[in-house]
Amino acid sequence: MSEKRIELNEERDVLTARSMGRELARNLGFGSADQTRLATAISELGRNVIQYAAQGSCLLVNESNERMLALRVVVEDHGPGIPDVEKAMQDGFSTNNSLGAGLPGTRRLVQEFVLKSEPGHTVVTIRLIKRNTQ
Amino acid sequence: MKIPILHQGEILLTSIQEDLTDHDVLSFQDDVVQEIAGTEAKGLVIDITALYIVDSFMARVLNETAVMARTMGTEVVLCGMQPAVALTLLQMGRELIGVETALNLNHGMRKLDHLIEERGSDHV
Repeated sequence: MSEKRIELNEERDVLTARSMGRELARNLGFGSADQTRLATAISELGRNVIQYAAQGSCLLVNESNERMLALRVVVEDHGPGIPDVEKAMQDGFSTNNSLGAGLPGTRRLVQEFVLKSEPGHTVVTIRLIKRNTQ
Repeated sequence: MKIPILHQGEILLTSIQEDLTDHDVLSFQDDVVQEIAGTEAKGLVIDITALYIVDSFMARVLNETAVMARTMGTEVVLCGMQPAVALTLLQMGRELIGVETALNLNHGMRKLDHLIEERGSDHV
């Protein structure tokens, strides 16, 4: 399986997406710490989708090769967008009085993190990458 | 009540064994607080051995629950956190876990006894 898409329409779907992400990471050969990091990142991003856009999608893509293990996750929605991306990426900033770990916390869990947002479209692309030692 | 809350003497014991939605987590918090209010529990152990994913929302609610419990006179210990979970929470942010933690249930109960004793001696 090289690609898997999960529609995010309700909270349960985020649980599905994150456990599928974790399982895919395990199948590809990532260790338990990486598996958990990835699943947690998906959980954070998925929550944002449900909370701010009501629905969206999560795409899991295997980009591994002989040299490296790589898993790309694209979380996308067509919601209102993030008005101030810079602010949202600052530690401690939070719109709903949570710990504020959200986006900046998520970024720390993965090797690559790209956020694109405008009214009507938000896409967060993260990648978990590890040198292939198998 | 999705997650059973067991009584052992004056200790409440609960173990989260499945993935919870945000709504489930908040319900859990409600149930716990109600149980504490309804009994005279001196301590509460929350076991999360079965959780392989604890994100910032659950971490926040667990912290809040502990603070609420302590305000009501009940000490709280979180036990069984998976190493990968601890690592992830640390990496996400420094103060994500504000609850007393223990390696497993045994250690958790002992720690709880200790906390309850300490609290008791504060009132002397």
